Amino acid sequence: MQLALVHARYQLLETVRIPVAIFGSAFFPAAAMLFFVVPFAGKDPVGATYATAAMVTFSVMSANIFQYGVGVAEDRDQPWNPYTRTLPAGSAPRFAGRVMAGLVLTYLSLVPVVVIAATLTEARIDPASFLLALVTVAVISVPFTLMGLTIGYSLPSKAAIVVAQLVFFPLAFGGGLLSAPDQAPGFIEAIAPYLPTRGAVELMWAAVGDYSVNLLSLVMLGVWVVVLAALAGWAYRRDEGRRFS
Amino acid sequence: MINIVERDILARAERVSRRYGDVLALDQVDLEVRAGELVGLLGPNGAGKSTLISLLVGLRKPSSGRVELNGGDPRDPASRRQIGVTPQETGLPGTLRVGEVVDFVSAHYPDPVPRGDLLDRFGLADLVRRQCGGLSGGQKRRLAVALAFVGRPRLVVLDEPTTGLDVEARHTLWEAIRAFHADGGTVLLSSHYLEEVEALARRVVVIGQGRVLADDTVDAVRAVVGVRRVSLTAETLPPLPGVVRTEHVDGRTHLLTADADQLVRDLVASGVDFRDLEVRPTSLEEAFLAITATDAAPAAA
Repeated sequence: MQLALVHARYQLLETVRIPVAIFGSAFFPAAAMLFFVVPFAGKDPVGATYATAAMVTFSVMSANIFQYGVGVAEDRDQPWNPYTRTLPAGSAPRFAGRVMAGLVLTYLSLVPVVVIAATLTEARIDPASFLLALVTVAVISVPFTLMGLTIGYSLPSKAAIVVAQLVFFPLAFGGGLLSAPDQAPGFIEAIAPYLPTRGAVELMWAAVGDYSVNLLSLVMLGVWVVVLAALAGWAYRRDEGRRFS
Repeated sequence: MINIVERDILARAERVSRRYGDVLALDQVDLEVRAGELVGLLGPNGAGKSTLISLLVGLRKPSSGRVELNGGDPRDPASRRQIGVTPQETGLPGTLRVGEVVDFVSAHYPDPVPRGDLLDRFGLADLVRRQCGGLSGGQKRRLAVALAFVGRPRLVVLDEPTTGLDVEARHTLWEAIRAFHADGGTVLLSSHYLEEVEALARRVVVIGQGRVLADDTVDAVRAVVGVRRVSLTAETLPPLPGVVRTEHVDGRTHLLTADADQLVRDLVASGVDFRDLEVRPTSLEEAFLAITATDAAPAAA
């Protein structure tokens, strides 16, 4: 545990020294807030709150897919990574440290969205819901962390960047993150429940407002977590087997 | 009695083979490193030195055979508590400062060397606050080697520690390695420079084409590996003892031998007519080719 914290601390240090990485994951949701949420839903407290929750989900997704997908793939290219395996610790502290650092960066990337929502829109949330939303962020990070790990462990870094960019927009759009709850165009309403972004955003909506979650979305989110966990585990073992067996 | 001997062996490979697909990188290698030894692994690039080291420090599994570190499996973190390994210099995290990298590695050991002491020993004290990405090649290399000593190891494993260093930096590192050994530390280092192994090691293990070709004292190995090239122009040559290999290139005859002095004496004594005699040292690669091509017959002699 002590060591996991050490690993987390140094991973954060490495990331913070190149702040572009953080700006990157915070930029899209913040820009989307400014261009779409503030002018169109900003005046309506309920609509603005839901829209903010959707942007938070967007942010959680992109932060996790990118930092794990690209970060892990880049680490695998570095000889430093095998060196850390010769230190007297298993791979667990490094892995746990990575997940902790990832969660910290995820929360950090949410700051602009929340600040914009609080200052430029009518979005309102009570303290209890805010705490619930914070916890929900950690919960919905799970599928996207696993997705990022799958990408990072199965692809070389250049391919990982491309794949991360290719998956995140369709997931955001298809999951209905860019529309108000249940107001998305018909075909999106039809496919959304089958995407992990939908279950995630519904959990966020339920945390911040009076929204009741669809069973189908939630079940599918569970299916995604199981499938992605299996994929990530497979990719990790395959990579380890190829490089360290 | 047996227990004491067993405990003395810090690293061991027993009939270890390692395959990468179709390539056999190591072929039935045996190696034992005992406490207090300074062992050089000598061999040309691609001989299997790095593969052997990666097995001993737990980065890879042997395809067959057994490796042991402090009496345990090197892949078990507990077995690695008393060893120190050098990362490849290119692998240092570029955004972390020198001091931070040392602290990070220190966190893995129960009783690490204080940061200041370590950096002093390797001439890095002025660079504590510098980011690794901004270090020169020599500074990176020194930091990389310094990291192997952080955890007060009993055994330090150095893979090509001074490749690409200038003479001065190389000697600084050699001093540090010698000092560690003088304090009772055990060192296993690989190199493709005979000079480096001669300067540091007492015992040399010569590896070529994945096999151990020789495991002996530096002097004995130098006699084998220190092959010279005797070049001359001559019509015909009588059979000469001690010639490992003969080449004819552009009318010149090149004779590879472990004892150039004796060969020249034999040449003169044979009364054969020759001109333009030249004696030159060979590269390690040439020497290995000579040894392996003749199936190690002269090596055994």
